[in-house]
Amino acid sequence: MATTEQQSMRGGAACLALIKRDLTLAFRSPGQIVNPMAFFLMVASLFPLGIAPDRDVLSQLAPGIIWIGALLSVLMSLDSLFKSDQDDGSLDQLLMSPHPLPLLVLAKVFSHWLTSGFCLTIMAPLLAIMLHLPADAILPLFVTLLLGTPVLSLAGAIGAALTVRIQRGGVLLTLLSLPLYIPVLIFATGAVNAAAESLPWNGHLLWLSVFLLLGLCLAPLAAAGALRVINE
Amino acid sequence: MMKWTFFHKLGSPKWFYDISGKWLPWLQITSLLSLVVALIWGLAFTPPDYLQGNSYRIIFIHVPASFLAQAIYMMMATAAAVLLIWRIKLADMALKVMAPIGASFCILSLATGAIWGQPTWGTWWVWDARLTSMLILLFLYIGIIALRGAIQTSEVAAKACAILSLVGVVNIPIIKYSVNWWNTLHQGATLKLTEKPSMAPEMLWPLLLSILGFYLFFTLVMFLRLRVEILSREKKTRWVKALVGE
Amino acid sequence: MLFHNLSFQLSPGDVLQIEGRNGAGKTTLLRIIAGLSSHARGDIFWNDLPLASAYADFRLASFFLGHKPGVKMDLSPLENMHWRLQLKNIQPVESLLCEALEQVGLYGYEDIPCSHLSAGQLRRVTFACLIASKAKLWILDEPFTAIDIDGVAWLESLIDEHATNGGMVLITSHQPLSDRKGNLRKLKLEDFAGDALEVFDGDY
Repeated sequence: MATTEQQSMRGGAACLALIKRDLTLAFRSPGQIVNPMAFFLMVASLFPLGIAPDRDVLSQLAPGIIWIGALLSVLMSLDSLFKSDQDDGSLDQLLMSPHPLPLLVLAKVFSHWLTSGFCLTIMAPLLAIMLHLPADAILPLFVTLLLGTPVLSLAGAIGAALTVRIQRGGVLLTLLSLPLYIPVLIFATGAVNAAAESLPWNGHLLWLSVFLLLGLCLAPLAAAGALRVINE
Repeated sequence: MMKWTFFHKLGSPKWFYDISGKWLPWLQITSLLSLVVALIWGLAFTPPDYLQGNSYRIIFIHVPASFLAQAIYMMMATAAAVLLIWRIKLADMALKVMAPIGASFCILSLATGAIWGQPTWGTWWVWDARLTSMLILLFLYIGIIALRGAIQTSEVAAKACAILSLVGVVNIPIIKYSVNWWNTLHQGATLKLTEKPSMAPEMLWPLLLSILGFYLFFTLVMFLRLRVEILSREKKTRWVKALVGE
Repeated sequence: MLFHNLSFQLSPGDVLQIEGRNGAGKTTLLRIIAGLSSHARGDIFWNDLPLASAYADFRLASFFLGHKPGVKMDLSPLENMHWRLQLKNIQPVESLLCEALEQVGLYGYEDIPCSHLSAGQLRRVTFACLIASKAKLWILDEPFTAIDIDGVAWLESLIDEHATNGGMVLITSHQPLSDRKGNLRKLKLEDFAGDALEVFDGDY
């Protein structure tokens, strides 16, 4: 009877083990990390080809192009967030764990962000230079991506959980997630644009931080609920 | 301990089928009457707007449709909460039948908004805050309908859609706020004609009547769809077999 | 509806084999008991507490083996055991893990990626987790799939040993289990076809 009282729960250790597992898996099949980055680069280079290589036009469009590119490549990588676990039966083990599922979901989202959003953030200044973003706006771009891409992973986790049992659910995942991404897109590009016009941009960052906090609190709960419901 | 028997009786499909059957004729009469009166009143007898002339008369369709598109999403979220908390089957059916109706009102609101935009702004589409929010609301509806269609097991689909509509409802205020903020920032050539600071009473009364008519019409359509859904879901039960056998 | 009026109780030392033809709902029943599915009306009790209020306790003390092994192909058996046991709130000790791997006949394979192992060997990785997990209740869904003859005999003795040590086993299998200690009970799902209701009591 007294199992829980005697054994202390090591939720943190379980999360660390899960993060270590997912990162190891990502490094063993590097495509998981490199492909979204290559996709990001390609999408961003399509715009000069599709519109005009004009310096003024591009520098005006750059924040939007980079942010939409980042948003789409995060979406691409989200498809496998829970699906790979579902395919080999690991998801049942997550669901059967005595640790709170939202905590485990948060661990999975964190490692997903490290292998997707974080890498894109590091890569973004390079694209900013290619698209002639004013030098003053590069730091704001970096900071908005750093604050905003975790929100993309968090909100996208809900869609990934809801579509985990659906074959070829990638398009559906996009449909479910994109409306949730709109506020992040608006405030993040707003901040970069403001900085490019030498206007204050810290207010936008506060809003992005609010979204991040909201996402951290609510998204794991919703995603965990969705995983339980879908696997019934 | 509170007793929830009343609640579960309310959630019983058979009970709802019986009651809604009695309501149907009344709903048909009142919705038809209020819509016809409101539209004739609005389109023919109200005075033209001093700024927009006769083109403003589309508000008698545009505004009620927009109201309903938003209200139906809130109702869906309520049904979703009821489904997840009390596991009432009727809430699931309501959630399912409301989504396409809400999406239709959303499309109607967008279409009438575009038609209204042509004479007032000189263009079919303007990235106005309200139109953009309505477009995103349509995206949310599309997501729910698509998710419902993609999951085969109906119990699972119901709960998944319930979670998604709750997630959506948390996001609607955030989206509205962001879009408003984005719109004020990018305010260019937009004329703020959609804002109605004060409306003449001779225009307001037919508008209110039209809104009432739209609500009644929505209730009617929802009841009809819900009754069909009940029959198809409960087709193996004794009461449906008896009903069909008659 | 797959079954109704189904009721049973499991006490320490019990082995319950659930039988039924394909599609009778064996897997469904096990998933319901494991708390992975709630498509049923009925009550499940764990130590006299309703399962819904004793989930953490129940999950701590039970081990679920489904159709899929729950093993990551890009990781080695040892790495897989690490994350599986951490999820079960057990601090993995290297020597114990190696011991368990040796017991399931995977000695020498502990650092080879699981993608190089056969289906039967993947199952054995899961059995190693099972042994190392020290769970009281084993919920095994078709554990004999892809296991060779020697393995079947070994697994049977493993189940026997677990029951003798006061463990409980719930098992579905087409394989007739040999009843060596007289603690094996059988439950035929066909006897309960109809509406769903089941009571489960993990009392010890």
